[in-house]
Amino acid sequence: MAKITFDGIEVEVPDGTTILNAARKIGGGVVPPAMCYYTPLKGSGGKCRACLVRVAAGSAKDPRPMPKLVASCITPVQDGMVVENTTSQQVLDVRKGIVEMLLINHPLDCPVCDQAGECDLQNFAFEHGVSTTRYEEERRTFEKIDIGPYVQLHMTRCILCYRCVYTADQLTDGRVHGVLGRGDAAEIGTYIENAISNDFSGNVIDVCPVGALTDKTFRFKQRVWFTKPVNAHRECGHEKCTGHVTLWYKGKDVLRVTARKDEYGEVKEWICNECRFEKKETADWTIEGPAHIDRSSVISANHYELPVINPQVIADLPESTVRELEQNPPLKLGGPNGTSF
Amino acid sequence: MGRKLLTEHVNVEGIETFAVYRKHGGYRAVEKALKMTPDEVVEEVKKSGLRGRGGAGFPTGLKWSFLAKPEGVPRYLVCNADESEPGTFKDRYLMSKLPHLLIEGMIAGSYALGARTSYIYIRGELLYVLRILEKAIAEAYAAGFLGENILGSGYSLDLHVHPGGGAYICGEETALLESLEGKRGNPRNKPPFPAVQGLYARPTVVNNVESIATVVPILNMGGDEYAKIGVGKSTGTKLFSACGHLNKPGIYELELGVPVEEFIYSDEYCGGIWKGRELKAVVAGGSSVPILPKELILKTAAGENRLMTYESLSDGGFVTGTMLGSGGFIAMDETTCIVKNTWNFSRFYHHESCGQCSPCREGTGWLEKVLHRLEHGHGSMHDIDLVVSVAKQIEGNTICPLGEAAAWPVAAAVRHFRDEFEWHVTHPKEATQPGAVYRGNLVMA
Repeated sequence: MAKITFDGIEVEVPDGTTILNAARKIGGGVVPPAMCYYTPLKGSGGKCRACLVRVAAGSAKDPRPMPKLVASCITPVQDGMVVENTTSQQVLDVRKGIVEMLLINHPLDCPVCDQAGECDLQNFAFEHGVSTTRYEEERRTFEKIDIGPYVQLHMTRCILCYRCVYTADQLTDGRVHGVLGRGDAAEIGTYIENAISNDFSGNVIDVCPVGALTDKTFRFKQRVWFTKPVNAHRECGHEKCTGHVTLWYKGKDVLRVTARKDEYGEVKEWICNECRFEKKETADWTIEGPAHIDRSSVISANHYELPVINPQVIADLPESTVRELEQNPPLKLGGPNGTSF
Repeated sequence: MGRKLLTEHVNVEGIETFAVYRKHGGYRAVEKALKMTPDEVVEEVKKSGLRGRGGAGFPTGLKWSFLAKPEGVPRYLVCNADESEPGTFKDRYLMSKLPHLLIEGMIAGSYALGARTSYIYIRGELLYVLRILEKAIAEAYAAGFLGENILGSGYSLDLHVHPGGGAYICGEETALLESLEGKRGNPRNKPPFPAVQGLYARPTVVNNVESIATVVPILNMGGDEYAKIGVGKSTGTKLFSACGHLNKPGIYELELGVPVEEFIYSDEYCGGIWKGRELKAVVAGGSSVPILPKELILKTAAGENRLMTYESLSDGGFVTGTMLGSGGFIAMDETTCIVKNTWNFSRFYHHESCGQCSPCREGTGWLEKVLHRLEHGHGSMHDIDLVVSVAKQIEGNTICPLGEAAAWPVAAAVRHFRDEFEWHVTHPKEATQPGAVYRGNLVMA
């Protein structure tokens, strides 16, 4: 066992645990964000740099601080390690920079994106970013690609977390997609546009932190925050699938089926394509009850609501102010020079 | 001119063949090493104070002693011949002229580390060098210096040359190992370090071509003797590839400690700046290291003469200093536009970023675009601060050092030549004239 101090909180974890997982043991607001790390996927992590933390003391034996910020998702703890996350201004500043980097080529098309509301990038940017951009250049764009009958790839939104590549590698037989190209021209692609056609391909949708891989059976059906998550299961014939899922209802209709996820958005049990795409009737399922969504998400927590300030009602405005307001309305819809949109 | 240890016989006719190389004292180091124990060889290299010649300057002997040696597990020595830093071309020269020197160093090094199979990972563009090396390796096999039971010592070694696809990123040691394994050349997360889990997850040492070649003179003359050359912790000789606006650009083997001024202006070396012009700036160790203006490259901030050593070049940190790096010495005369040059470097890093981690993938492209704007007269004062800020956001936050390599030159160029950047903003018309260069508010066409 190793005892570490994370943001001033002591926690004891088994040797070999990563800093991120030690922080998750504490839970709450001190947990660093993770965009590419995914516990069930071996080898994931270290790429997005969102989880960078400062190690103020390496270990009890060697209490020197580490020279650079380290990726908490891949760095194992040492006994006596002192880690700073939200208590370090440097970490917070760097994280702002990471948000900015991830967003400069992101289309910010949240209003039409199916992932909005349960998007890791949206949450990350909301919590750690700034609301303006310094990027003036043209953004990188790609054509949408259909990979297989169920999944659509919208590379423009991708943050190259490699999660889907690891999923396909570790979960499905014969991975046909991977990263092509280099630098900011790198893209997730299928070799010669091979369709992904195996039983577990749908899981790449669940692991995608953004709206790059979306469920074609759910496209533009509904905003996720208007749907109700319900846990359900069925006897699935597939040997690797347990049939434990979350159904997303709108009224009486099951709009989509996903795997169950924990509070960090990580899939608990992988599900097969049949459960995900073919069984969209309540009759197919045994309902367990409402799903509890722990994540910081609009679905459960009103997380994005700004504090409501009741507008002050002014009863008696002076005559001059009324006239002033009539002539110069404070809110004017329209483009420059009075042209309307 | 100082002693030459590596390139002593470089101009001998036919030195690339085994017979001629052998006649000029070749493979003595192997004979000597095989009579020593492997640990004694490592000890000699440690004593020599040899520092990695690939850029980082990490002591080679120390690196060798860190190699994990679990029982029954193969170990590897990999030679990093993926030399692609703009301004650096010493390894190409060494390998094409003296292929047997590298092979000799590989044999001695592999013996010291207990490697039974070793690899030379060579940059894909250097196909003709690959052929020279393969020919030399075949000769070494034929002469009994490679293969089973070398010189009857009981030690066996196989040496392979593997060409890369020509990606700069594969010069980063873990990306190189990935590429050598046949995968996409993405740098790995560290730890684990290659000394513990390298090639095929086995303990591996990755060394630069010149570092490995230098093992030969170290063994021939003894580590202590080698350590006497040079200044302080910068021991021995080093190859510098001088290029740019010099009268005599080329490869020079220097005893570390030659003053920079002497290196540039002495007829023995570069022979001064071409066409009788003034020196403006120098990039001393390949394009990744900070650029320095004339005043700071010749003398340190404290007014001492700057020497060609690891310590002296980095004197003053990144505020007034730079790094020795890989020895790619780029001199720029007064007609050089620093903004254009910085943009050009930036373009290179944008093109070569592997795209794995977000600060480098997005940041290198951003830097290039803003610098392009500045160079072409569309920039604003705000953009100058922007590039510094973006560079700062990349630096230190990436998986591998390519992020830093992209950020440092930009930050340094703005630090030392800010007025030139500002002139591009305030005088866009003049700045975009062909050949226009800022010289203290004077336009020179």
